[in-house]
Parts: sequence; C-alpha cells; structure tokens
Amino acid sequence: MKLLLRAHESRWLAPAAIGVAVLVTLLLTAGPIRLAGANPLAAYERYVITPLTSFGGIGEVLLASTPLIFTGLAVAIAFRVGYFNIGAEGQYLAGAIAATIPGLYLPGLPALLALPLALAAGALGGTAWALLPAWLKRRAHIDEVVTTLLLNPVALLLVQGLLNGPWRNSQTGFPDSDSFGAGYTLPAIVDGSRVHWGLIIALLLVVATWIVMSFTPLGLRLRAAGQAGAAARFSGIHVSSLQWRSALVSGAVAGLGGASQVLGVQHQLTASIAVGYGYTGVVVATLGALSAGGVLLAALLLGTIAVGAQNASVVLHVPSQMGAIVSSTLLLTVVSAMVARHYRIVFGHGRVAGTRTEDDIEALGQPIRAPEADPARTSDTGHESEKVQ
Amino acid sequence: MDFPLLAVLAATLTIATPLVWAALGAILNERTGIMNLGIEGTMYAGAFVGFLTAAYTDSALLGIAAAIVAGLVAGLLMAVLTVTLGVNQHVAGIGTTLLLVAASDFTNRLLFSGGSQTVTAKFDRWFPGTGVFAQYPMTYVAFLILAPALWWVLRSSGFGLRLRAVGENPEAADAAGIPVASTRYAALMFGGAFMAIGGAFLTLSLLGSFTLDIVSGRGWICIALVIFGRWRVWPVVAGALLFGFADALQLQLAISPMFSAVPNELLIAFPYIVVIAALAIWGRGVRYPGSYLTPYRRA
Repeated sequence: MKLLLRAHESRWLAPAAIGVAVLVTLLLTAGPIRLAGANPLAAYERYVITPLTSFGGIGEVLLASTPLIFTGLAVAIAFRVGYFNIGAEGQYLAGAIAATIPGLYLPGLPALLALPLALAAGALGGTAWALLPAWLKRRAHIDEVVTTLLLNPVALLLVQGLLNGPWRNSQTGFPDSDSFGAGYTLPAIVDGSRVHWGLIIALLLVVATWIVMSFTPLGLRLRAAGQAGAAARFSGIHVSSLQWRSALVSGAVAGLGGASQVLGVQHQLTASIAVGYGYTGVVVATLGALSAGGVLLAALLLGTIAVGAQNASVVLHVPSQMGAIVSSTLLLTVVSAMVARHYRIVFGHGRVAGTRTEDDIEALGQPIRAPEADPARTSDTGHESEKVQ
Repeated sequence: MDFPLLAVLAATLTIATPLVWAALGAILNERTGIMNLGIEGTMYAGAFVGFLTAAYTDSALLGIAAAIVAGLVAGLLMAVLTVTLGVNQHVAGIGTTLLLVAASDFTNRLLFSGGSQTVTAKFDRWFPGTGVFAQYPMTYVAFLILAPALWWVLRSSGFGLRLRAVGENPEAADAAGIPVASTRYAALMFGGAFMAIGGAFLTLSLLGSFTLDIVSGRGWICIALVIFGRWRVWPVVAGALLFGFADALQLQLAISPMFSAVPNELLIAFPYIVVIAALAIWGRGVRYPGSYLTPYRRA
C-alpha cells in the first residue's frame, strides 16, 4: 500500500474532504452520545439545528460566537505569519483584567469616554501579555509556543488572585469584582437581546483583517512570510519583524475579546470568564483555514455547537462537555481530511498512470511536499530561524 | 524562622515526579522530531482513567495499568495524525489535548455527577518516617529506574540510536534501512504511556481522587523543561527538580506567617514564572532535533 500525490485535484475535492470529515465526526461522537443515553440523531439536531430555529436561539449563538471570533482571529493573525501564538487564552484574560481597571476605579465616566477607554485598556492588556513571548522569540529565538502556553495558567492565577484579593466583591464577599460603573456597558444591538456591540467590533476586525490580508502589500508580505519563510527572507522581507508585530496585534485582538466579554456580558470580572475561549480559538482559526471569513464561519459553527450542547445537557441529559468533544473531533478530522485529500491510496506497488510521485515533482524543480499547502501545514517555517543559524 | 529544608526537599521530589515521567515521555517524542502538545491532555486522560479504574477495581496498580493503556492510545492518535497524515503538529497536539480533556470531563460528569468526591485506593509512601526518603513508589521508579534506563536507551541502545537518527535526518535514516514511521509510532506511544503515568501520579499517589483541571499546565511545563534541558535526560530531570523546588518553596512560604499578606495565587504562579525565566536564560540558541516539526514521507 502506498500513498501517491494526486496529479489532478478536482475542484470538489476540498468540499468533499470536509464532508467526509463531518461524517466521520458524527460517527465517532455517536458512541459517547449513546453512552449518555441519548439518541445521536436527536443530539445532533440539538447541536446544530435547534439553536438556529428561534430568534432567541440565534441571539444566544451570536453571543457565544463573539468571543470565539476575537480569539480565532487573534490566533489566525499570528499563525498566518508562522508565529504560533497559543496564548490567546492568557491574552484574553489579560484584556479582561485590563478593561476591569477603569471599570472599577473610574466608575463615573460617561459611556462616550468609558467604553473607548476600557476597550483600549483591554487591547493594551492583551498586547502586554503577548509582549514577553514575542520579545523572547525575536531577541533570543525562544520558542513562542512554550512561552505563550506557560503564560495561560499564570493569567488565570492572576484573575483568581485579584478576585480573592483586592477586587473581592465589597457587598457579597464573593470572589467576583464589584459591578462596573453604568457607562461601561456595551449596549445591546437590538433591544431585548443579549447580543452586544462587541459583535460589531468583532465583525469590523474581521473585515479589516480581510482587507489587509487580501488587498495590501503588507498582507502580501505577511502571507509570504507565513507560507514560505525562507523565500520571503531571501526576497528581502523582514520576517521576524513581521512576526513580532503580528504577535502584538494578535495579543491586542485577543485582549479586546476579553474586554468585550466583561463589558458586554458580565459587567464585572468573575473567574467564570475563563472557559477556554483562547484554546478554542486555535480550533476556530484552523477550521477557518486562517482566513478572516473562515474564522467568522468557524466561530459561528462552534458557537452554535456550544449553545446546542448547553441545550442538550438540559433536555437530553448529555453532559455539556459533549460540545467540546464534537468540536475537537471535528478539528482533528478536518485537518486530517484536508491533508489526506492530496493523496490517493494505491494498493500493490508500481506506478499508476496519471499519478505523480513526489520524485517527479522534485525533478520538476518544485519543492517537496508541493501541494499548495493549506496554511495550517506550514509549521516548519516557524523554526526556520533557529535551524539556519 | 526555622526553614524546614528537609520538608521542602521531600516535597520537591514528590512534586517533580509527574514532571519527570511526562517530560521524559516528551523527550522520547521530540527526539524523533515530533512535538507533542497532546501532553497536557494525555496527562489529564492518564489521571482520569487511572482514577476511574482504581475507583471500580479498588486497585491502584490496575489504575496505573489502565492509565498506561490510555497513554498508548493517546500516543497512537498523535502518531496517526502527525506521522501517517503529517498534519501540523501544533494543531494536532492542541486538538488532542482538547479532545482528551473534554472526553475525560464528559465521562467524569456521566459517572460521578453530583454527589460527594469519590476517593479511591491509592499508593502509600514507602519508608514512612524517613523524611526525604518517604516517597511514593512511582517517585522511586522515576528517578532510580526510568531516568537512568531512558538515558542508557537513548545513548547506547539500538532503539535509541535509530530513534535519534530518525529525529535528526529521516531521509538518511530511511536510506540506512531504519523504518522511520514505525520508530516514530513507537516513540509516540511509549512517550504517551509515560505522560499518562505522570498524570496518574496526581490521582493515584497524591490525591486519591480526581478534580477538574487537575493537571493545570504541568504538560506545558514539561515541554518547556525539554527545551531548556536540550533534549537530554539528566538536564531535564534537573529542570523538573527546579520546578519542584520552586513549587515546594511556595507551598512552604504560603503557610509561613511572613508571607501571609502575599496572595496565594501569586505564590502558585511563582514556579511557572521560574520556568519561563529559566527558559529565557538557558533556552537561547538551543539546537532543535533536525527534523523537528517536519513530517516525513518517502519520495
């Protein structure tokens, strides 16, 4: 048995691969759903259809998707240039902390001043949390994966420490902060719904990212740096400087997500703000193929599953963690399918007419592993700098 | 104030134990060129499956055995994704971790929802009353058997040589007749088993029960230890001891009156910061294994 590169990839191959991945996900997750005593089909209906059948349900989906758009976009911005920021969780929490500072200490500000101030603080907080790993990467070539990951538990401890210490609720004594001043509320988009202006900010960021990536010279350089670091460096692009700036922007976007969550939903800082949006951001960014539009779609999908999982845990008594099982399984099957689609399985040995082997491609002077790599496969560029030195 | 040095040293060894197990598993993975960010989830699954089995069979040893199986399966999953399919290793690892954590929490909710904390059979310390030497069996195994054995295997055994050859230059290894894929599969599965044993230490030795977020970033610590130990057994063990010492120190300080004003969380964060600082100091200019993060497919 042999894997051969396909000579020709039909236009339908990628959608078909995703379809297969979805099917495999449904099959794999049916087992645990049965274990929980529910009918898998009824559960899937709860996960992806029921939330979208009512006005209120759609509102909940948009609400659940908002932080995922922020963290997914943050991860995508960094991954796109080959900077593997897996610290969106910590940067999101740092943004929430930073937005809380004006909310608690300047409670009297009118909304017109308060909201920009708190949002800016959130972006700054996220950037600050991203600063150390980015700086270590740039100055000392220290792997950003490890440092960004390690700062996540530290950010969570910082939240808990603040809530148990100086920010403990003055009325109840619970480890939640006091409520923010009245000016610090991101208003609802539609009266009576919980969907707030954080969603609009997230959408604006998606559009801005799409424009920068697709239509500007900077976007071209960013994409080049991420997809072929060595070639980009050779053609005079300052890859490490682009990575440095993207890392900080990525942190700012994640931090804005944290600020949007405390200003739009909680109106106070609580420890429950950390529910893994940062890690889920990696899933969102990857399922969205690291593109702005893809991130939006993936965030909406995972938001739907999250709302559906809550619903299913109440109605069908399937623990809500099933939602996370479904989305992480979907991630693994989709990335597998997107790689596998480049190959066809040939049984026996010998050449089959109409196929190329990687030898042929190399002989043509093209790089090995040539298939127009989806950006998620360009991992090796991340460590190029360490290796060539 | 009398500083209870012996108590801190004893705690250092205990705290370092799960890190030694998991980090040595990570060395095994990374020496073949595969970064396994599934480590956090593998430890979590090991902790949970070990606890689950011990809860039902009333045997901590069977718990460890089940955790090993869970680790082998987790390693196999990672191997299928990164070796056979060659997907991005960061994404595969984070996905594996998210999946294993979610699956463990799901099963935990299903079987032990509500009700009081289930307490299981757990290991007892050997040589109680001897201070530093009163340690759990897995601590002895980690420091006296696993570490020297792995050091010898990597340095001198045929398997170790093949493993390193694959990690440095899979093309050359393949040309020399070394089966690249099965070597990586073996490394990932053995490594996964070690990580799961590390996780099971938390439930079966330390606590005797399972709590959510029980691993709390120890897997990430191990990934850092492997880099600043430069993929060598003894420096990584030293790194685990450094973390263990920092953690034992903060536990000691937390109960001392001098530090009562310092928020507890700040102290808990201290060892993480120590590891980041250690990485910043000793992690610069390290030479990664030659095929780090790169899938291999014969042309």
